[in-house]
Amino acid sequence: MAQVFPKSSNTLSKASIVVAGLVVAALGLATININRTTYVNTQSMPIDQVVQFTHTHHVGSLGIDCRFCHFSVEESSFAGIPPSKTCMGCHSVVWKDAPILEPVRESYRNDTSVEWTRVHDLPEFVYFNHSIHVNKGVGCESCHGRVDKMPLMMRENSLNMEWCLACHRAPEKFLRPKDKVFTMGWDPVKELGVSQEELGLKLKEENHVQSRTNCATCHR
Amino acid sequence: MSQSTHHGDPDALIGPGHTMATLTDKISGIVLTQKHPLQWFAITGIAAIFASLLGLTVLNLFFTGIGVWGPNNPVGWGFDIINFVWWIGIGHAGTLISAILLLLKQEWRTSINRSAEAMTVFAVMCAGMYPLLHTGRPWLAYWLLPIPNTMGMWPQFRSPLIWDVFAVSTYATVSMLFWYVGLIPDFAVLRDKATKKVQKVVYGMLALGWRNAARHWDRYETAYLLLAGMSTPLVLSVHTVVSFDFAAGIIPGWHTTVFPPYFVAGAIFAGFAMVLTLSIPLRIWYGVDDLITDKHLDNMAKVLLATGWIVTYGYAVEAFMCFYSGSTYEEFMLLNRLKGPYWFQYWSLLLTNCLLPQIMWIPKLRRNIWALYFVAMSVNIGMWLERYIIIVVSLHRDFLPSSWGMYAGSRWDWAMFLGTLGFFTTAFMLFVRFLPMISIAEMKALVPHKPGLTTGGRGAAAHH
Repeated sequence: MAQVFPKSSNTLSKASIVVAGLVVAALGLATININRTTYVNTQSMPIDQVVQFTHTHHVGSLGIDCRFCHFSVEESSFAGIPPSKTCMGCHSVVWKDAPILEPVRESYRNDTSVEWTRVHDLPEFVYFNHSIHVNKGVGCESCHGRVDKMPLMMRENSLNMEWCLACHRAPEKFLRPKDKVFTMGWDPVKELGVSQEELGLKLKEENHVQSRTNCATCHR
Repeated sequence: MSQSTHHGDPDALIGPGHTMATLTDKISGIVLTQKHPLQWFAITGIAAIFASLLGLTVLNLFFTGIGVWGPNNPVGWGFDIINFVWWIGIGHAGTLISAILLLLKQEWRTSINRSAEAMTVFAVMCAGMYPLLHTGRPWLAYWLLPIPNTMGMWPQFRSPLIWDVFAVSTYATVSMLFWYVGLIPDFAVLRDKATKKVQKVVYGMLALGWRNAARHWDRYETAYLLLAGMSTPLVLSVHTVVSFDFAAGIIPGWHTTVFPPYFVAGAIFAGFAMVLTLSIPLRIWYGVDDLITDKHLDNMAKVLLATGWIVTYGYAVEAFMCFYSGSTYEEFMLLNRLKGPYWFQYWSLLLTNCLLPQIMWIPKLRRNIWALYFVAMSVNIGMWLERYIIIVVSLHRDFLPSSWGMYAGSRWDWAMFLGTLGFFTTAFMLFVRFLPMISIAEMKALVPHKPGLTTGGRGAAAHH
């Protein structure tokens, strides 16, 4: 039987080595980066809620402090979700018949909870405590982003472990004075005329902030 | 079938009457013919059933979790690691035969290297499965690789377990390359001899355009020698690293410096036993006893005997150090091996690995296939028991009597072990069916030349 491959197959097969190499490299890059895409980590995607609560209005326009609703953020691992009576404090007067607020009124009447969908939902194997972060000078904004500019709540950051570690390895890049923790859009250069680097190192020293990268810090 | 070796020179590496053409026809004929021995169908069929059992076990493991296996506190390593070490050890003969014996110019490696390399590749596949499944979440196995992952973490480079990942994956890659590069000239032979279009296309693609040109041979020889040079250290490094998995721990019976050399010797011991286990039946079924001659069996039996003694020496040193160290725990570990609940396994190990192979001292038995097969099977079992003893006996009773416990493989442990045996056998039988099980090109160097004709090395002799 005559040979089935013409001479041109030689060139083709040599070219295929290069192509195969590129394909493998591309697949490798894709595998590594797929968990960084918003498709996988649902970062920056507004999440459906029973009530279309807007932080833009409540925080941005009205200037309500974070702690008015997230009352336990300074003492507890959990920041706290307000009971519906917190909402009703205003909404029994303002927008008291708005259809959009019916689930809130219903929960108030029946003494049940509004079923919010958690936006920042860490896996069960991660231990996280709000109070330590807030009390050591990590601003709400550093993790949650400009909440005052979010009409619907979404995750500003990926919550990938590399993101946590970026701060845990070098907290000075994010620290701010303790009284500025709840301020949105705070900028050390504009407010104090110092660089974040300079301020961060000083605050790290003053507030005894340590770089915590031991596995057991978060995986207990 | 040629029985001629029995009448001719007992030390011949190739039966008389072979020319280059008869070699090509005989070896390529095994692959290209339509007729296959009945035994091939029988063994492949049975093996395939067991290979399916492997699939079933793995599925069960995925859906239920590693709780279906026996390991639990205090014995956290069980069949998974025993079988991993057993298989990876078996894989060692391949590289030893292909690399070290090549560099040492041992001509008798020629007819067994191809099948030993195939055996290596399949054994490493079986071995690799175990630690991956042992992680419990094999879909996260990429965590073992140093890649810029989203966790912002590298693997723990100070852990022998991560060295293992590198050692085994390097070994798998180099063994495959070695096997494939050696096959290229033979693929070309199959391509040229093929009568069917599909054979022509498949073997043609695998032959990478081999035309038997002098330049091809020149590069082939260089590549082959380089690969041999690269894989030589691997013979020593892979099982050394595997032994570190134990030796770097502080458990009595694990924390010893004799582990690396004695693991390597044990690996070669186990590997040669498996080569014999596979080549003796092939020799009968395919009538290749003029290519895998009695001299080959004789040499392999000697390797078995020599490495067997190194292993025996290892056991002796282990036992002596338990006493000499003066450590209560080490001493207890030895007594626990000898008289503890696993005494039967330990004494069986000494019988199968140390005592029974001694019959190989008798020259006649080294050429008797039944005696050889008996010893090979004995070593296969013995080397499995060795890993069982090391892992189970050390773990089940360590420092604290309050944490003592017992271990036994579950039925799924056994199912997976039988499954990998089935997978291995199926893969090997498919290799015998579709690839030349003896290197055609290299065998030609062994054909006696006509008087007055002098030629160079393998390359020059390999034209047909």
